Amino acid sequence: MSKDTILNTIRRNLRRGPLPADQAAMLDGRLATHPRHLIPARSRLPRPEQVALFVRNLEKEFATVERVPEPAAVPAAVADYLAAQNLPSRFAMAPHEEMAAIPWENRPLLEVEKRRADPADSVGVQHGYAGIAETGTLMLPSAPGRPTTLNILPETEIVVLRATRVVGAYEEAWDLLRAENRDALTGGHMPRNVMLVTGPSRSADIEQTLELGAHGPRRLHVVLVDDDPAALPMADASPPPRTAEPGGRPAPGD
Amino acid sequence: MQVTSPAFKQNAARAMADVGLQKALGTAKGAFLTRRAAAVAALPEFERLRDVGRDIKNHALANLDFYLERYAAAVERAGGKVHWCSTAEDARAAILKICRDAGARTVTKGKSMISEEIAVNAHLESNGILPVETDLGEYIIQLRQEHPSHIIAPAFHLNREDWEAEFRRSHTDLPRDRVFAERRDIMQEARGKLRDRFLAADVGITGANFLIAETGSSVIVTNEGNGDLTQTLPRVHIALASIEKVVPTLEDATSLLRLLARSATGQDFSVYTTFSTGARREGELDGPEEYHVVLLDNGRSNMLGTEFGEMLRCIRCAACMNHCPVYGAVGGHAYGWVYPGPMGSVLTPALAGIERTANLPNASTFCGKCESVCPVKIPLPKMMRHWREREFERHLTPKAQRRNLALWRYVARRPALYRMATRAAVAALGLWGRGRGAVPTLPLAGGWTEGRDLPLPERSGAGGTFMAAYAKQRRQNGR
Repeated sequence: MSKDTILNTIRRNLRRGPLPADQAAMLDGRLATHPRHLIPARSRLPRPEQVALFVRNLEKEFATVERVPEPAAVPAAVADYLAAQNLPSRFAMAPHEEMAAIPWENRPLLEVEKRRADPADSVGVQHGYAGIAETGTLMLPSAPGRPTTLNILPETEIVVLRATRVVGAYEEAWDLLRAENRDALTGGHMPRNVMLVTGPSRSADIEQTLELGAHGPRRLHVVLVDDDPAALPMADASPPPRTAEPGGRPAPGD
Repeated sequence: MQVTSPAFKQNAARAMADVGLQKALGTAKGAFLTRRAAAVAALPEFERLRDVGRDIKNHALANLDFYLERYAAAVERAGGKVHWCSTAEDARAAILKICRDAGARTVTKGKSMISEEIAVNAHLESNGILPVETDLGEYIIQLRQEHPSHIIAPAFHLNREDWEAEFRRSHTDLPRDRVFAERRDIMQEARGKLRDRFLAADVGITGANFLIAETGSSVIVTNEGNGDLTQTLPRVHIALASIEKVVPTLEDATSLLRLLARSATGQDFSVYTTFSTGARREGELDGPEEYHVVLLDNGRSNMLGTEFGEMLRCIRCAACMNHCPVYGAVGGHAYGWVYPGPMGSVLTPALAGIERTANLPNASTFCGKCESVCPVKIPLPKMMRHWREREFERHLTPKAQRRNLALWRYVARRPALYRMATRAAVAALGLWGRGRGAVPTLPLAGGWTEGRDLPLPERSGAGGTFMAAYAKQRRQNGR
């Protein structure tokens, strides 16, 4: 049988038999504790700057972002975006409870359809599970309330994400999933599909030159709901006066 | 796929004379180098991450049997099925059976170099099933009935005119007055054509960049989103992966992903990095109803424990070929099999046999750039040297080369004779090139001097050889 042939060849060439029980237990321990490796320092920032880094990286990858103060402001933001892009006001939306709780009726002209995406849809509105500041990446795990087709079929994808769900590094997003998600089939945390999305679809296959909108969405728009007071931009606050630290380098003007 | 590596020299000569190819290589190469350099410069931890990547892969390979078993068990817990395949033939048969059981007529495909390795398209076609490549580059390659010339940019060798010409030829419903003024127009045409294919397909086949033992997930990385359409829309998803792709945990895969896109395209992260674990769950509105993993060995397990074992760390980023002066001059097709460039020159002899591929490890200047950019620090030049040793041991080296090496050995082991011969050679070269400042042609080395001049030997010091200068200096110092 192929399985035994492959495993036996591996063992023969590694010059050993199956791993002894104590070593296997050690490796099972490594699987269970899933240790982190070196994590780049770039996303280790105070909350306002971490969320700002997330936004900056999204824009660097050709996504657009609008920050709104509360869920009630989402329908207007979506309606205005669709109008500005000359897009239809009918869209498929993730049948997620948080999305359903948004007062869409405030904008009666929007035709909201809670379902998966179909090939004919030009706009899809998805529920964002987490944002990763390190590279401006959205984590979109599949669930009954978060169909995968919304991520890839429509030409325009809008993702509604709460600022409290923005983390620094990928590892923190995995830990959110581990803590919050329980897959009924496996008992583990991993859903059928987890997409990490960084910007709209693109290809450089023609002369190694980037073009947006290859097979997936041509536009990716993130509506970021500022539900995290600690993460608000500090634009309103005046910068603290510069003072020299004791024993530190002198501040300019000293 | 047929191995044409024995014809490397003829392939290379043809490539050098191909004006279109040379233009395409010129355009493409600079773009990759600049973007990678910028992405690496923007991440201060990059060098240390290369060590992390190397260590993760080494750990996984040293315990490969264990992690494969854990991985397969996790796939099955999630309702997937693992098909263990020792050979390309086993894998082709497994894929055909899954397609037949699904009653498939058309199959969409995401980009997979392993599917090239096992030539699954031809096998499906000859059994009445239509495979459709959906990666933009792979799509045009399939229309042109070619093979990819690069592992992440299959149409590396084509120019915009080639795309337009092919679409006008094979998209027979295309209006004559359709304009392809920009790259965007070309992409739009392909997007429209492939949309229908995605929707009609019964089975979707993708490759896998990583397999994760902890969760039983297969991971694909794309920019276009074609891989996600391929694995989400049809009723059956087949992930085709080789055994060395397995890593222990999500954290391990994440660390390698930090290296992959930066090394490959110079992006911080690819647009779509997707983790697939089993089939559609209860209550879900989309996703495949069946999930299969075709797990291929095809000679890899026999690389473990040899001087080529470290090659199994490769994460297929293509940085080595992007930076290789030989690849940059001849392109990927000259290498004559699936994997071109430095990684191909090491991997192809291991998978297809050194007998037919001995030219490949010789297609290197040993400049060392490939090793210096490899995200998992594979010592590619050292391994090419090992292949050259095996080539010599097996008497695969051309006769003239062996004769010359034997002659050199005879002289080199007799110091007096060696010094006499070098003195004579220096004197002869001096005479030959006198008045010209260099030696423009040399008997028996016409191939070498065809493209450049041999500089004249150094005349300073008595006699011009190192030994003569050394002896003179000792005399002067009175020792």
